[in-house]
Amino acid sequence: MDMLNLQNVTKEYEPGKKALKSVSMSVPANGIFALIGRNGAGKTTLIRILSTQLSLTSGRASVDGLDVMKDAQDLREIIACVPQEGRAIGWLTPRQFIVSYLMWRGFSSKEATERFEKVMKELGISRYSDTLNRMLSGGTKRKVLVGMVIASEARILFLDEPTTGLDPISRHDLWSTLSRLKKDRFIFLTTHYLEEAEALADNIGIMEEGRLMSLGTLDELRNHVKYPYSIKILSDYRAKKPRQGDLIKGVDGHIQIVTTEKEARRISRHLIDKKVKFAMNPLTLDDIFYYIVRKPIEGEESNEEEEY
Amino acid sequence: MKKRSISSQLIASIMVNAIYAMVNYPIVLVSTILAPFSLLIVISFISHGSLTPVAIGGALIMTMISSGTSMQQDLSHLKNDFKVQDMIVSSPVRAWVYFLGMSLSQIVYVIPALIALVILAAVYIHATAIGYLSIIAVMLIMFVFASALGFVLSTLSSDVVQSWGFSGIVSTVMSALPPVYYPITYIPMPFQYLAYLSPATYAAEIVQNITGLTSFSTGTILIDWTVIIAVTAAMLFIAMKKSKWRED
Repeated sequence: MDMLNLQNVTKEYEPGKKALKSVSMSVPANGIFALIGRNGAGKTTLIRILSTQLSLTSGRASVDGLDVMKDAQDLREIIACVPQEGRAIGWLTPRQFIVSYLMWRGFSSKEATERFEKVMKELGISRYSDTLNRMLSGGTKRKVLVGMVIASEARILFLDEPTTGLDPISRHDLWSTLSRLKKDRFIFLTTHYLEEAEALADNIGIMEEGRLMSLGTLDELRNHVKYPYSIKILSDYRAKKPRQGDLIKGVDGHIQIVTTEKEARRISRHLIDKKVKFAMNPLTLDDIFYYIVRKPIEGEESNEEEEY
Repeated sequence: MKKRSISSQLIASIMVNAIYAMVNYPIVLVSTILAPFSLLIVISFISHGSLTPVAIGGALIMTMISSGTSMQQDLSHLKNDFKVQDMIVSSPVRAWVYFLGMSLSQIVYVIPALIALVILAAVYIHATAIGYLSIIAVMLIMFVFASALGFVLSTLSSDVVQSWGFSGIVSTVMSALPPVYYPITYIPMPFQYLAYLSPATYAAEIVQNITGLTSFSTGTILIDWTVIIAVTAAMLFIAMKKSKWRED
């Protein structure tokens, strides 16, 4: 059975202002599902609907076979969520905060304390157990929040941008924790860090302007893009559309040629001759993402230019 | 499915919203104890002590009302600044358990002040056992009304600034408008009619009648009881139906 099943899910905050536009998808029950997309793509709206915080306007959505609208109370028994702008309550210590959260979930004080000790050790932040949350660094505060849901018994975790604001070392530490967790839990995470999705996710969804643009494993997404190689032009050179492939604009403003291996070799020779700085690589998730959500580049379709 | 302990869930709310706040910031405890005494002292001084019993009765009612309505600000803060309501909604906690737990936390918060006021009431208010029981009943009814109102408003607020707006209106209707610390006859006509827009006025009339300094007809007192019970039932109904546990 699929873990997530969405059929034409639409969310309209105000008439005519759709945050989700008929999103349909099925996600298998294994491991980590990462949803990536730019700001305003609809990731948070979707995670809030699936974690029963927000009503959908039309369509149907279920998590582990439970309808998010009709079976919300049953679903809440098995989920936990770290909201995007969630913060550990400032006037509490991590111990007070996490133990209280677990008691809210119905654990006894003793059981909650045992789970708290275990998770703090696992996250390597035991020494901050009794420091007020407001005194902690941003990264440690995020870890406390993630620790809160990890310590729970929930077998489905929704993490909305859990590593935002973490330094690279803390982020990698958290990745290790999430990788261990995915063996016996399903984790739905949204992220801006494409390398995070690449490193962690078993399945990846790409959203853009309220629509699901693509969904699959990293290999499936690679196959979704017909061309396996990317050439990033690093100088002012006006690149042209290749014989085979596409011309796209990356996040950093660089022009990128996505093409076949053979064509990539041919173009690279041409660029070397022209003394143009460039980088050639097999497609990464970044390339796939920008390929899928790309904006047309002026002249992209034009064949008037001289060929490479 | 895991068996959930409701008592654990209630204790969690009490710990987060009352005990830990007082333990981690003892100044909160001092402020909580002092809060109800400011107007009580002013009224007692101005009236040369003659209105002290009325003011004590008023302080008892207002302590319960303010602790209920302050739930609005506490929960709005937790909801909008920490996203605690989102974390709780996506968990097995039911809305009514959260409401009950947070309401109890407000009571715990004001226990020190209540103890002091009860001692003063025992000294200054000379009433029958039924009179004392009636005062307790009025306090509880007003607390349920105020906390249900606070809960509804907190779930509707989307920003802490908006919650300050709610708070200002609630404070005017529940604290400034009603003659809780002094008899309603002190308010000139036709402004007395304005006072009757607040449920606290009806509660105050019952308590002031018990203190003996102001007397109302049996009919008036019956109307007072009817009004406070009816508005509380209505507010509980609104809390059940209109609270935004899951956002639209």
